[in-house]
Amino acid sequence: MAKGVNTDYWDKDIVKAEEPKEYNTLNVGPTHPATHGVFQNVMLMDGEFIVSTEQTIGYIHRAFEKIAERRPFYQVTPLTDRLNYCSAPINNMGWHMTVEKLLGIETPKRVDYLRIVIMELARLADHIICNSVIGVDSGALTGFTYIFQDREFIYEIYEEICGSRLTTNMGRIGGFERNFSPKVWDKIRHFLKTFPARLKEFENLLARNRIFMDRTINVGAFALDRALAYGFTGPNLRACGLDYDVRVMNPYCSYEEFEFTVPVGQSGDTYDRFMVRQEEMKQSMSIIQQALDKLDKMEDKETYYASDPRFVLPPKEKVYNNMEALIWHFKIVMGETDIPAGEVYHAIEAANGELGYYLVSDGGRTASRLHFRRPCFIYYQAYPEMVQGNMLSDAILTMSSMNVIAGELDA
Amino acid sequence: MFQIIPERNQLVVAKLTENFGEAIIHDEMLSDMLCITVSKEVIQQVLLSLHDDNELQYNFLTTLCGMHYPDKDELGVVYHLHSFVNNHRIRIKTATALSDPRIPTATSIWPSANWMERETYDFFGILFEGHPNLKRILNVDDMTDFPLRKDFPLEDQTREDKDDSMFGR
Repeated sequence: MAKGVNTDYWDKDIVKAEEPKEYNTLNVGPTHPATHGVFQNVMLMDGEFIVSTEQTIGYIHRAFEKIAERRPFYQVTPLTDRLNYCSAPINNMGWHMTVEKLLGIETPKRVDYLRIVIMELARLADHIICNSVIGVDSGALTGFTYIFQDREFIYEIYEEICGSRLTTNMGRIGGFERNFSPKVWDKIRHFLKTFPARLKEFENLLARNRIFMDRTINVGAFALDRALAYGFTGPNLRACGLDYDVRVMNPYCSYEEFEFTVPVGQSGDTYDRFMVRQEEMKQSMSIIQQALDKLDKMEDKETYYASDPRFVLPPKEKVYNNMEALIWHFKIVMGETDIPAGEVYHAIEAANGELGYYLVSDGGRTASRLHFRRPCFIYYQAYPEMVQGNMLSDAILTMSSMNVIAGELDA
Repeated sequence: MFQIIPERNQLVVAKLTENFGEAIIHDEMLSDMLCITVSKEVIQQVLLSLHDDNELQYNFLTTLCGMHYPDKDELGVVYHLHSFVNNHRIRIKTATALSDPRIPTATSIWPSANWMERETYDFFGILFEGHPNLKRILNVDDMTDFPLRKDFPLEDQTREDKDDSMFGR
């Protein structure tokens, strides 16, 4: 303490009047750089602390479930792209698998492995975005700028396969539109070789960083029983301590042949969610490697679709040069092939939880009802309970660590 | 394909028919999932007993969605339940007349049903009795239609009153 400071009056003469509390209302969103999407939170604030939150969603609602009732199955695929647009191929393939379940199409093993490679790449891309954005929201931009290059590599792989990057519209019912070119394999192998070191570098920047740990540990923690009651799935549920993973519980697409561990957290706070995603990325790398090994061992290098003429498009060369193939192509795309009546529910492990498709067909040319179980929509409703009593800056971190994607939220 | 466990399916049906008798209208296997149709009067008790029963333990509400059956003049709600303990999924259906679209809420059993029921109300106009905050969620508040009902038209592709020439259509 500096000399000459008179401390006599400290704590003595200051009048500590009990003033009535004054709350402020704060609008976070609908367009706000920290929400990473279009949704609004009207927060009642006591100074910097959140008293209550009211959410408004639906700003980019596009009525996919209604549109899907008029469109044939192939035209629904682009709609699924726009649910969780950070990992569009997972949604595409989930939809194709749902249709295959309804039609009873058995996919060849090679198709399953190719799908797994793509789905795990998409999961990596999604987790890269989510984890690097947690860094950005806590003030660490560096990791984001480093690791976004790897997301770019993944998008280049998509581009080689299907020609587009973000909303991919990848694959077909029963498999893929074409076989992977040698360039695709080169890019995947190059990515597998370079990415682990870069992921390590990214993790070194944040995981044991004192500031990052202080900002995330015990922030936005959620108890497991509340998480279950609120329908959490995916990394957010696993961070609370339950190892529920659709890939393990209800294996699809030959996931039962792969060896991987399901990482779980303990307290369900922001740090746990970050670390669970971080570990899942490593597991995804291992799954891709296993799939590549299996593909290498296979004699067959040519099969890339199930041979089911009802829904597999004829090759493009034939469509351009042969009238029957052109008619057949047209019939499939315009939905003139017969669909059996029935209803199926199919669930896959998307990047942020259980993505489900409930498809009801009455035998017409389109689905008579299609419902998407969107993980974001279900777990985002727990947000007010998670941030109540926290500070505003922590609420921002909690939101980015939940990975709320506006497209999936609003359908 | 989800794994089909016939013993478990029989157990669920046996327990429900024992407790609710006539109110369990129909049960069938649809693809890989057991589907039980339940009268709406007992739907809340059925869901609660599925949730609480020690042998069944359907602790997780996977999803909840509305249905419209125009030929029967009915609205329906479909619940997908998942028992993490037994790794078993079932589908519960209930229906109500279009003229009286009231169904008891499931929010008292699973808080996650809150937004799902709001969404169902928003699109089908099903009133969930006992819901804490039943208002529109994805559509604008002053909308009067229920757009996922079959009588709500999608935009007519042949309409002529709209000038799309600026968009090359």
